[in-house]
Amino acid sequence: MKDPGNFAIREPAPGFELPDTEGRTRSLADAEGAPATVVFWTCNHCPYALAWHDRLLAAASEYSPRGVRFFAVNSNDAERYPADSYEAMGDRVSREDWPFPYLHDESQEAARAWDAQVTPHLFVLDSEHRLRYQGAPDPDHQDPSHNASWLRDALDSVLAGEEPERAETDPVGCSVKWKP
Amino acid sequence: MSTNPEATKAAPKVELLWWSGCPSWERALAELRDEMGELGLDPSSVAVREVATEEAAEREEFVGSPTIRIDGRDIQPPTGEPVGLTCRVYRLQDGRISALPDRAHVRDALTGIVTEGRR
Repeated sequence: MKDPGNFAIREPAPGFELPDTEGRTRSLADAEGAPATVVFWTCNHCPYALAWHDRLLAAASEYSPRGVRFFAVNSNDAERYPADSYEAMGDRVSREDWPFPYLHDESQEAARAWDAQVTPHLFVLDSEHRLRYQGAPDPDHQDPSHNASWLRDALDSVLAGEEPERAETDPVGCSVKWKP
Repeated sequence: MSTNPEATKAAPKVELLWWSGCPSWERALAELRDEMGELGLDPSSVAVREVATEEAAEREEFVGSPTIRIDGRDIQPPTGEPVGLTCRVYRLQDGRISALPDRAHVRDALTGIVTEGRR
């Protein structure tokens, strides 16, 4: 993985190798051949992540048929935030119908490599896994009518082979819960 | 903005407790102050207090940021949430999840206190 701070728009993503909730190791290489990939940090306890979740599910359901791959990652310190434990992640995925894997970054190395700051924090990659958008799903977690518009705009641009007009926004949410 | 003399007479102690890991408190504070102004309460009277450590969270019985208390009463009393430094999950009136309380709940809580103070 690359050092934190070296991951900017148009640069290659650092990658990851993380277990999903069924114990299978997933990596960014799984998305080889995809025209676009979305990697986003989320968690179980944050109101921002929860409020935006349905919009991200909808986007994944709509863009997956076009070959776009989605990966959700949880890096929070589960000792201090038990709702974000690996077991709780599995419980949630089995209760809800997630169209993408939910990955556990126990060591927090992926979060550091990607410079994930909050939940949710989205990264949109092109077919060569170069960063094309990073930030929030849309302007307001409280307003579902925004419908993850910033994410969708970025995906539409990447799928059309164009530069997203808005390549970066401020990610808004709960801070990633780092281990002491 | 004119101040409601009766409301001023019964000025409640309004507190907003926040934690730096959750950005919603500033918007919550702005909305709280707006609602106070609408009811003739002094918006500048809100006691804004940071909860910065787990020890402080225990001491304050702080279940997440932001927390708004009026005369010591939480505007949405906790329902079993653990004490700690976290973002608080609120439910809006239509059931949506939010990082800050529904303005209508804030208004109702303030209105209730103002009305009590007039009795």
